[in-house]
Amino acid sequence: MILRFFEQLGDLFLYYVNQAGRMGIFLLLVIFNVLKPPYLRISHITKQIYIIGTLSIFVIIFTGAFTGMVLGLQGYTTLRKFGSEGLLGSAVALSLIRELGPVLSALMVTGRAGSAICAEIGIMRNSEQIDALECMAIDPHKYIMAPKFIASIVSVPLLTAIFNVVGIFGGYLIGVKLMGTSEGAFFSSMYKDVEFDDIYMGFMKSLCFGLLIVWICSAKGYFVHMERKGGFGAEGVSRVTTNAVVLSSVSILVFDYLMTSFLI
Amino acid sequence: MNMQPIIQLIDLRKRFGSQNVLRGINLSIFEGKTTVIVGESGQGKSLILKHILGLMKPDSGNVLVYGQDINKISRKELKAIRANFGVLFQNAALFDSMTVFDNVALPLRERTKTSEEGIKTMVNEKLDMLDLEGSNNKYPAQLSGGMRKRVGLARALVLNPKIVFFDEPTTGLDVAMTNEIYRVFFKTQSKLGYTAVMVSHDVPKIFKLADYVALLDEGVVQDCLSPEDFQTSQNPVIRDFVYKTMGRIYESEQVEGE
Repeated sequence: MILRFFEQLGDLFLYYVNQAGRMGIFLLLVIFNVLKPPYLRISHITKQIYIIGTLSIFVIIFTGAFTGMVLGLQGYTTLRKFGSEGLLGSAVALSLIRELGPVLSALMVTGRAGSAICAEIGIMRNSEQIDALECMAIDPHKYIMAPKFIASIVSVPLLTAIFNVVGIFGGYLIGVKLMGTSEGAFFSSMYKDVEFDDIYMGFMKSLCFGLLIVWICSAKGYFVHMERKGGFGAEGVSRVTTNAVVLSSVSILVFDYLMTSFLI
Repeated sequence: MNMQPIIQLIDLRKRFGSQNVLRGINLSIFEGKTTVIVGESGQGKSLILKHILGLMKPDSGNVLVYGQDINKISRKELKAIRANFGVLFQNAALFDSMTVFDNVALPLRERTKTSEEGIKTMVNEKLDMLDLEGSNNKYPAQLSGGMRKRVGLARALVLNPKIVFFDEPTTGLDVAMTNEIYRVFFKTQSKLGYTAVMVSHDVPKIFKLADYVALLDEGVVQDCLSPEDFQTSQNPVIRDFVYKTMGRIYESEQVEGE
C-alpha cells in the first residue's frame, strides 16, 4: 500500500519532469526556428496577428473600459475620504499601467486566443496533420508555431496599450464627468506621477505574458497525445485546452508577482 | 533479392507498457518495388510505418534509410531523408482549413522556390492525374472518402518522391472506390516509378499490385515473399493467414498432388 503510494508519487513526479523538459525543448526549437533562415513569411505572421490581436481588440476595449470605470469609482470614493480626489488620475493610470493592464489583457487573450491556439494544434496533432507536415519535411515548429509566437509577442503589448488607454478614459469618464473631480487635477497628477519606469514595467510584463500564453497553449496542444489522462479525441482536446487556459492564467499571475518583485 | 535495400529494419522492438507490440522486426524494402505489409488488425502494421517515417522511436533496433539510421542522425539529416518521402495517411490527414489546391500546393510553397504560376501548373497536373479536376476550391470536409484519399495521394506525389508510404489506403471505402484507389496507385506508380511501402489488410486484392508481401504476426515479420511464393509458402503462420483470407487453396493442391 505505502509502496504503491510512493510508486505513484514517483511516477507523477517523473511525468511532470518529462513534461517540463518537453516544453523547454519545444520553446528552444521554436526560438531557433524563428531565428534560422529561411525567415518566416510576413503573410503567415500577419494572419496570426489578425487572429490573436485584431480579433481580441473588442474584448480588450470592453474589459479595459469597465476596469477603468470601476477603478475611477472605487478610487474616487476611497480618495475622497482623505480629501485627495485630485490624485485619482495617477491612481487609475498607475494601477492600469503597472498591474491591471498587462495582467487583465493577458488573461483576456488567454481565454480568447490561447484556447483557440491550443485546440487548433491539438486537433492537428490528433488528426495526424502535424505528422503529415513532418513527413513532408516541413518543420511544424517553424510552419505552425513560429508565426503564432511572433504574433503573440507583438499583439499582447499592443493590446495592453489599448487596454490602458481605454481604461484611463473609463476612469476619466467616471471620476471627472460623473463624480466631478477636477479635469486638470486628474491629468496633472497622472502626468506628474507616471514615469518611464512604470511604462517599462508594464511593457516588459506584457511581453513576457505574450510569450507565456503562446508557449503554454501551443505546447499543450502539440503534446496532446502525451497527456497523462489520454489526449485522444474531442474530449482529450477539450481537457487539454482547459488545462492550457488554467495553466496560462496561473502562470501569468505568478510571473506578475515575480516580475514586479524584480522590476519594482 | 540481390538488389541493395533502400530501407532496412533490423531487430526493431517496441513496447507500450506491458504490451509488447514489435518483437524484433526484420524487413528490407527494395527500390522501385511495391512492398505490402499485411496482417491482422492490431498487429502493429501502421506502427512499422511510423518507425520508418521517424515519427516514433523504437525501444531497440535500427531503421536504416539509404544506409543511415534515422534514429541516430540530426534533425537536419532526418529532414533531408524525409524530402524523399511521400505519405498517404489512413485518414489522408489533409489540412482541414485549407482548400484542395492549397493542400497539394503546400509542399511546393514550403520546400521549393517555385513561382505561384509554376505551383499552379504542377498542382493542376497532379490533380488531373488523380481525376480531381474542378475540386481545387473545395475543402476536405466537402469531399467523399475516396476523393480525400486521392487528394492525399496528390499531395504525397506533388514533389515526385522516391518512396511513397500508404497506410491502409482503402480502409473505409466501398468496393468501387477501393478499385479506383488501386487503379490510381497503379497509374501513378507506372508513371512516376516510385518505391511503394503499403500497409493493408485488403487480401487477396493487394497481391495483384505487390512485388513483395510481408506478413506481420505476433510482433515479427514472418516472411517477405513475392505474392506467388507467399500464397504457396510452407510457413505455417503464412499458410494459416492465407487460409483465413483466401480459403482452402492448399488443401485442393494437396489433394491434387496426392
